[in-house]
Amino acid sequence: MTSVILFCALAWSLLGGFGALRGRTPDARPLVYGASFIVAAIASGAAILQLAFGATPGTAVVLPLGLPHLGMNFQMTGLSAAFLIITDVGAATASLYAVGYGRGEREAWRVLPFFPLFIAAMNMVLIAADAYDFLIFWELMSLSSWALVVAHHEDEEARASGVVYLVMASSGTLALLLAFGLLAGVHGQYDFASIRAAHPGSWVGAVVMLLALFGAGSKAGLVPLHIWLPRAHPAAPSHVSALMSGVMTKVAVYAFVLIVFDFLGKPAWWWGLIVLIMGGITAVLGVLYALMEHDLKRLLAYHTVENIGIIFIGLGLALAFRAERLDVCAALALAAAVFHAFNHSLFKNLLFLGSGAVLARTGERDMERLGGLLRRMPQTGLLFLIGSVAISGLPPLNGFASEWMLFQAILLSPRLSAWSLKLAVPSVGAMLALAAALSAACFVKVFGITFLGRPRSPAASAATETDAFSRAGMIGLAALCVVVGLAPGMVIDLFAPVTRSLLGARLPAGHGMSWLTVVPVSLSRSSYNPLSIFALIAAGAGFAAVILHRYGSRIICRAPPWGCGYASPEDATAASPPLSTQYSASGFAQPIRRVFGSFVFNARDQVTMPMPGGVGPAHLISALIDPVWQCCYAPLLVLVGWAADRMNRLQFLTIRRYLTIVFITLVVLLVWVAPWG
Amino acid sequence: MMVTLVNSIFGPNGALSLAHALSGALVLVSFMMLYQDRLSAVINVLALHSAVLGLAVAWQAWIQAEPQLYITAVIALGFKAIIIPLALHRIVRRLNIHREVEAAVGIGLTMLAGMGLVALSLVVMLHTAAHSAVLAREDVALALATILLGMLMMIARRNAVSQIAGFMSLENGLILAAAGAEGMPLVVEISVTFSIVIAFIVIGVFLFRIRERFDTIDSTALDAFRGELQ
Repeated sequence: MTSVILFCALAWSLLGGFGALRGRTPDARPLVYGASFIVAAIASGAAILQLAFGATPGTAVVLPLGLPHLGMNFQMTGLSAAFLIITDVGAATASLYAVGYGRGEREAWRVLPFFPLFIAAMNMVLIAADAYDFLIFWELMSLSSWALVVAHHEDEEARASGVVYLVMASSGTLALLLAFGLLAGVHGQYDFASIRAAHPGSWVGAVVMLLALFGAGSKAGLVPLHIWLPRAHPAAPSHVSALMSGVMTKVAVYAFVLIVFDFLGKPAWWWGLIVLIMGGITAVLGVLYALMEHDLKRLLAYHTVENIGIIFIGLGLALAFRAERLDVCAALALAAAVFHAFNHSLFKNLLFLGSGAVLARTGERDMERLGGLLRRMPQTGLLFLIGSVAISGLPPLNGFASEWMLFQAILLSPRLSAWSLKLAVPSVGAMLALAAALSAACFVKVFGITFLGRPRSPAASAATETDAFSRAGMIGLAALCVVVGLAPGMVIDLFAPVTRSLLGARLPAGHGMSWLTVVPVSLSRSSYNPLSIFALIAAGAGFAAVILHRYGSRIICRAPPWGCGYASPEDATAASPPLSTQYSASGFAQPIRRVFGSFVFNARDQVTMPMPGGVGPAHLISALIDPVWQCCYAPLLVLVGWAADRMNRLQFLTIRRYLTIVFITLVVLLVWVAPWG
Repeated sequence: MMVTLVNSIFGPNGALSLAHALSGALVLVSFMMLYQDRLSAVINVLALHSAVLGLAVAWQAWIQAEPQLYITAVIALGFKAIIIPLALHRIVRRLNIHREVEAAVGIGLTMLAGMGLVALSLVVMLHTAAHSAVLAREDVALALATILLGMLMMIARRNAVSQIAGFMSLENGLILAAAGAEGMPLVVEISVTFSIVIAFIVIGVFLFRIRERFDTIDSTALDAFRGELQ
């Protein structure tokens, strides 16, 4: 099956080449996206077959390319097969969606060459079996996605995002390069089999863990390394945003799991603590950022930050359990993390595609200028609602299943013996609960403001339903959200080789109806049966609907609401811009901004009212300060500027000075070597 | 036969001792170069330096029975001991600068620094190559000393011609190290030699161009041209 993925990657590369050569012809777009959909479907089928029926790790493939004595090694392990499913399901739906969505896109030829290449690079990262290939394709993934971010480079914001993204991606790759360098040891054994066999010392292992946390965390969007993510993800076209947010961040999670769980062996107890705390902070800060944000795509990008935090909480728990040899508990936490990664890829793709449909039909990303879209785009609205329910972690959809499993793992924390962990895990659990609740609040805001109410701009009132291909892509994802939510056991069993190969343990299975009921630890402790919950919800909702229809008033009275004397946005013109009297997104978020924002973001609201009797408008100015930027990046920028100023002198020396510097360096190095040689 | 003759004169291991003596002579000539304060004298010492190198390489060829090394020796003698010094003399005459050397660092200080460098290279080799044979280790140490002295020559002088001389003596040190190490491929030596020749041509052309522009070949004039020295 590894060779199937290789052929798929080759096919994508050829599609990219075709897109580069013939991208300007009108037929190229549906051809490239359609073919990319078929290839992705084949690749995800191969990954599922490998994971369900094949032996993991699969057969190794060595291509006689790349470094001498090393070649290019590829192998599909259980872990990589699981992430291949995540990648290729996302790629397939995004490609299908793009067949229709790309029609309205300006300058599609800038996207066509890089979109298939980006998917190919992610696939190759996942099946790479030596550090050289891994880093090459990792960098290819970064660069091709960078090209997609700056696809609309005439946009100032896209260019700025591209620069920030490139800097963060390069420093992340540098960290991974150093990590692999340490793992390869003095003999330079770069193939993964040798790296697995070698067990680095405890200090080397700790440094590698921190480097991997930095390298993978900067790609995944861990706070405080997330700053590029909410800039870069929304700047790309929507189907690319979906891939970057839903899939590429998961490739980063894969890198972290691969290095820390697969290569490093037994962790020290404090590794889990660091990862847990970073994950907890990321989850809460991510959702708070999202609540403050009213740009639809940026909000979704911040939610990616939050969900990455949730996934890293699971990984941190797994590390903590593993350090104390509680392998079954570790397997539960790791399975929850991987399951949540899968679920997040489903609903985040769905939501980004939905926001792309809204963007394409209204030209608006600002929620304050949307509204009432459920009536105009009913199917998109319904699909977006499914995604919102899933990401909010409400039963019976998939987001609940994985977050519930994660909570079960957190409830096992009394088994840990280290006191710091005993204290940290419940507080991280509280942060997780807070993040889940705020996330639900956030999606009430998103769905309520965007799809309910009345239109807040002429563009929103003129919106129409999106095309069939786009809907097909979204329907596929929504169906998967529902199916996975109703039968989580199926997916957990499918992903069982991941925990079995990494930890040597798996979740208890073996009940006759294991795919219906999730039993994380033991039946006496807790179990989750989504179908019965679904039946309960359906019965309750149906009952309520019947009661309402039976006893509710049937008289519908339509009347213009009183709008304080302002014109309604539907009949607003350019001369008199619409003044909304509806509930606004910032109004919805204000209580939360008061409670959390004033502490975290130093948020200040300033209201200027007109004088009594005056007819001028009142103004509300709310100012936020990004704490991460203030604490981490602003000082860093000052430092870099200062160092650059000092180093600038080096550019204006005489030739003899340069020679002298070379000479002195050589002598100093020789003096250094002399006593330690 | 010659090896046995030498051995009979200098005692056992005499052949290696002679090689060692030739390497030492190379370092000595490097010191002589540091001491010179006239351009034509510097060039003459460079010719002597290359001639000693030629002898050393030829002796290595003899005791290692590596006929390829004779080619290296011939190149050293032909190019670096005769042709390049002649050409440099011609340049100096044409530029009419054979009078003086402008030393950036005083001669005495340079000599002291040179001694320090020789000591440093001996100490480095003593530590890094503790397990290899004494004479081989000393050979590499002397070659390293020659390289460092060449670099010192380059930074201790302002005049471009003496910087070339320093560069060529540095190169001689490299070739000495390469000849001492058994089994260096001929291709590498040839390419190194040709790179030297090309560097010489480029620098020679460059000198005349500088001269045409600035009426001097003091390399600080270049810095003035860059607008950094007022």
